[in-house]
Amino acid sequence: MLRLECKNVWKQFDDKRVLQGVNLTIEPGETVVIIGQSGTGKSVLLKHIVGLLSPDRGAVLVDNVNVAKLSRKKLFELRMRFGMVFQSAALFDSLTVAENVGLAIREHTEKTDEEIAQICDEKLRMVGLEGVSSKVPAELSGGMKKRVGFARAIAMNPECVLYDEPTTGLDPIMSDVINNLIVKLSSELKITSVVVTHDLASAYKVGHRIAMLHDGVVIFQGTPDEIRETDHPLVRQFIEGRAEGPIMMGSGQ
Amino acid sequence: MPTLRNTFRTVGRSIFNLLAVVGGTSLMLLGVIARLIELPRTSRQTFLQMQEIGLGSIPLVIITALFVGAVAAVQAAYQFQDYVPMIFLGTVVGKSVILELGPVLTALVVGGRVSASIAAELGTMKVTEQIDAMELLAIDPMRYLVMPRMVACVIMLPVLTIFADCLAIFGGMVVAKIAVGVSTSTFTEGLRMFFYVDDVISGLVKAATFGLIIGLMGCFNGFRTFGGAQGVGRATMQAVVSSCICILITNYFLASVLFRLIFYRGTT
Repeated sequence: MLRLECKNVWKQFDDKRVLQGVNLTIEPGETVVIIGQSGTGKSVLLKHIVGLLSPDRGAVLVDNVNVAKLSRKKLFELRMRFGMVFQSAALFDSLTVAENVGLAIREHTEKTDEEIAQICDEKLRMVGLEGVSSKVPAELSGGMKKRVGFARAIAMNPECVLYDEPTTGLDPIMSDVINNLIVKLSSELKITSVVVTHDLASAYKVGHRIAMLHDGVVIFQGTPDEIRETDHPLVRQFIEGRAEGPIMMGSGQ
Repeated sequence: MPTLRNTFRTVGRSIFNLLAVVGGTSLMLLGVIARLIELPRTSRQTFLQMQEIGLGSIPLVIITALFVGAVAAVQAAYQFQDYVPMIFLGTVVGKSVILELGPVLTALVVGGRVSASIAAELGTMKVTEQIDAMELLAIDPMRYLVMPRMVACVIMLPVLTIFADCLAIFGGMVVAKIAVGVSTSTFTEGLRMFFYVDDVISGLVKAATFGLIIGLMGCFNGFRTFGGAQGVGRATMQAVVSSCICILITNYFLASVLFRLIFYRGTT
């Protein structure tokens, strides 16, 4: 299990400051949900954790190792301990479901085709998908794509899984199926999880702890019960979904 | 003053962009060269790309080559009238096709198709986070996506060029017989008279270089795509334009160097 720590992380794109000193620690085996308005840098923060982006200032530490200072070889070794579920699923269009799920295993292990097929079937079964191995992503629904993304993320038995808006664009029932999956994977595999979402029902259900990002900083973190009871005006406006309040419309965009 | 400042800013930005493109493509090329040792690991992807680039381009190459050869024969015959014996028709068609028309026109038509397709595919992968996903699976996109495409282009362009050369000469021969009245034996005799293997080799060296340009421009523009569908469209257009321009400019320098080499070898 991995311990993740963001220490005073700053990131700017052109003239726009996205992260302005994020401090957040995620303990091994913990599920932390990051909430906040669109454009506040939640996905950007996730990309820093796996070294897809490097901070302008500050550091992201994974098991006390600074991700930005790693060589490409070491970074790839580290990434093999992670899985990530993308908002758009980001399945490889030209590959079948089985090839998508088994790609990392084929590339990084000496397993035979039969062994890989067996692992793919097992992972697809874990996410409630059977009989779709030979389909291509274009033949799948949004929810199925997300679940194939889940299966791909856990194919290499990662120690940490990052979820980027896993329930966005799904109907409430499918959202709950996805939430159950996150809880199941977290409890069964004992992995560290970071979930970025706008969906508060999902945040309350899957999170051990919830952190709210606003204007590039973490303004609140606590358990689901603590966030429900907080009187922090920005957090209250967000969780109550009110247009009126201290968060100005478009301030996060 | 503001107009002057804007002009300087525009010129400065254009120079900066040009340097960024030169730097980016050079780094990508060096990155692929450094990974060539891992080519056996991506042999399946390379073979698939060779099929896509080679077999997929054959209809385009057939039409282009046949008509280029035909036009070369008609134009040469028109210019030979009353001045040059028609036995040299085969010589001129053969030389112009093998040295210039075959490699350059094949590269331009195949380049349009292939660089656009590579840029669109990689650009779509970029904007839909598929390349990020690949990075996260600890799979190097340069090795898995870029190298197979570039190697396939470098291998397939010479193959397509030989095919195009043969078809163009055949097209020229048919037109010479039907439209100009030059017999097949006269045409082939002229063709054989000044046929040098060095000419074929120089045409293939050109073709391989053009293949490298096509693959590089497609991959580079695909990888720097941003901004959704509009960005993919822009990257595709830039890949086609930049590969065509680079092919034409490189052609001049290659022709200068290769002709000098052939001429030097011929005189010693």
